[in-house]
Amino acid sequence: MRRTAWAAAVVAVGVIAAGCSSGTKTAGSGGKDAAGTIMFATGKDTSGKLQKLIDAGWNSKHPSQKVKLIELPEDAEAQRSAMVQNAQAKSDRYDLLNLDVIWTSEFAGKKWALPLNEADFPKDQFLGPVYDTAIYNGKLYAAPWASDGGMLYYRKDLVPAPPKTWAEMIKDCAIAKKNNMDCYAGQFKQYEGLTVNASEAINSAGGDILKNDGKDVVVNSPEAKKGLQFLVDGFKQGYIPKAAITYDEEPGRRSFQAGKLLFMRQWPYAYGLGNTAGPDSKIVGKFAVAPLPGPDGPGATTLGGHNLAISAFSKRPKGAAAFLKYWTSAENEKQVAIQLSFAPVLAATYDDPAVIKAAPYIPVLKEAITKAKARPKSVFYPDVTKAIEENVYAALQGKKTVDQALSDLAKKLEEIAKQK
Amino acid sequence: MTSSTLPATTPTRSPARRLRRAGGSGRSESRLATWLILPTAVFLLSVVGFPVVKALYLSLFEDRFAGAGPFTGLGNYAKALTGDGSADFWPAFIVTNVFTGISVTFELAIGMMMALIMNRAFKGRALVRTSVLVPWAIPTAVTAKLWLWMMQPDGIVNAVTGQKIIWTGSEWPSKWAIIVADTWKTAPFIALLLLAGLQIIPGDVYEAARVDGATAWQRFTRITLPLLKPAILVAVLFRLLDVLRIYDLPALLTRGSNDTKTLSMLVVEQVQGSTKYGYGSALSTLTFLYIFVVAFAFVKLLGANVVATQAPKEVKK
Repeated sequence: MRRTAWAAAVVAVGVIAAGCSSGTKTAGSGGKDAAGTIMFATGKDTSGKLQKLIDAGWNSKHPSQKVKLIELPEDAEAQRSAMVQNAQAKSDRYDLLNLDVIWTSEFAGKKWALPLNEADFPKDQFLGPVYDTAIYNGKLYAAPWASDGGMLYYRKDLVPAPPKTWAEMIKDCAIAKKNNMDCYAGQFKQYEGLTVNASEAINSAGGDILKNDGKDVVVNSPEAKKGLQFLVDGFKQGYIPKAAITYDEEPGRRSFQAGKLLFMRQWPYAYGLGNTAGPDSKIVGKFAVAPLPGPDGPGATTLGGHNLAISAFSKRPKGAAAFLKYWTSAENEKQVAIQLSFAPVLAATYDDPAVIKAAPYIPVLKEAITKAKARPKSVFYPDVTKAIEENVYAALQGKKTVDQALSDLAKKLEEIAKQK
Repeated sequence: MTSSTLPATTPTRSPARRLRRAGGSGRSESRLATWLILPTAVFLLSVVGFPVVKALYLSLFEDRFAGAGPFTGLGNYAKALTGDGSADFWPAFIVTNVFTGISVTFELAIGMMMALIMNRAFKGRALVRTSVLVPWAIPTAVTAKLWLWMMQPDGIVNAVTGQKIIWTGSEWPSKWAIIVADTWKTAPFIALLLLAGLQIIPGDVYEAARVDGATAWQRFTRITLPLLKPAILVAVLFRLLDVLRIYDLPALLTRGSNDTKTLSMLVVEQVQGSTKYGYGSALSTLTFLYIFVVAFAFVKLLGANVVATQAPKEVKK
């Protein structure tokens, strides 16, 4: 009797240990999946086509292990909250997590996402910077499936050739003045978009904010100063309108569509809207896109986009891994690009004529994303972005000098990196 | 939590039966009252008491990379009040008080005017009463979006006033944007409470005053204000507590930029954004304590006064 009890205890401990250790192996290795549907947690699918694409493809071929969407709110912060709460409760409700690129490090670092088998996602097929957003500590923790990058929207009816450098663009502001327009605007309100715009300027000038997964702070550099100075001077000298301090994506887009703005840093979504005839756009057919300018040539955009990770608490990691491999295949990426209008992650998709026909800006976007940089990586990303937003905003408003803002930011980022 | 309310609700039948037998003597009536209150008390304890105690408990632990850390005692409170967090805490504390002071003053003044107008008999009074209440009926998030649109640099507020103010782009305009939106939304609420107070003031008091030759201003300060004082105090108390924990309007209008980050926003930022449950709980406990102290002081100082000043007036009448 006693012996069997001991044996049972040993077996039980063994089972528990095996269950725990599966978290450190890559997804898809180890034991069998639990039966049932793979739950795909994602932000609200505003296109309404995602589930249909999955139904027509994967679900028709894998009736025993279907993939079903769980739609979270449209607001990114609310999506992250839902996923964080589930992870902290070690809930197996979500199998696949649709992570914004900036959350990937946090989920990987906190062991909420399983590392993937890198052979299933050949690095050379993805655009380099996009693949990099899913790497943490040298390992792949998610599969990129939708990218995003900023481009320079310009009025081709007024500007003969798009500016390649900041100096050229500032020179072209004379055209804006002559036409009684504002010259350049991006997103400068104190929010995530400001982090994007600031890191774009800093990266374009050859600087960087964090290195080594957030452990090294490198923002207090002459290059970073040069980058931030470009934005600060914009407000001081007037090539960025004063009102732009309140701009997120939409007010800038409205101003551009109303014909009141000559140059705009914007995501691809504005392209289709600007070319939609109607009272909302006075610039149909009058604008084009180009890579963002930099100090001495094309600049570096900051990546947006989403990566798909497998929850560390999933009971169906094998099926989820198989789905990810299927989902990031060339054929599916093409559908994602055409039907959901997301920027592709695979290099080949950008050269597909059908994709270019659906979205004429795709060649420019490829050029932009090839030179793009990820936002600073850190497991404490919410703290990092807050520090960037606050200090950059103070510099744009002239409350801090560029030197002061960057040294304050560096100090704050050091503190954040030291957190346990 | 919910299961604990069940045994409390079922025994209510037996005291009721006892009451019928006893014919409602004082002692059994108070026992009945206890039984009747019990379910509510248990319910409140579970939905109000539990979170407060839980937050208090959480606030005693340090935050670690993936979850709760070691016990730190009052470390998180020290961090907020004097340590690393004080650079965020005190500005938030001050701005919360600024919002509270200014908007409650405006709301009271405007709400009072609305109530006085609504209290008069005139043609179309029902229409005025209904339309005054519209801002109060609009959800706060919608109010915020509405004002955000109107206060854009090329928005209607600048167009109508001929100004070029960038409302949400610098410090005082940002604060005013929030105060204006808050006042617009909640002045009707105060008006409603005051209107109820006004309607119980008997008309003959005014008539007597008029016969005695009191001017309109005298009638307002000598009759309306004193008799309305209880209603005013209740309205102001409600609003004080409300504005001290203001979150939605600044969150949507300015996202806390330009020195408009309130205490509640700081709590949400730490708990939801940074997932620092210990520190966030300490912040929310501090906010709770502060609001509690304000409410307590308000009731103690002014509430006691209400009873004292009203009694002699009844005699005079």
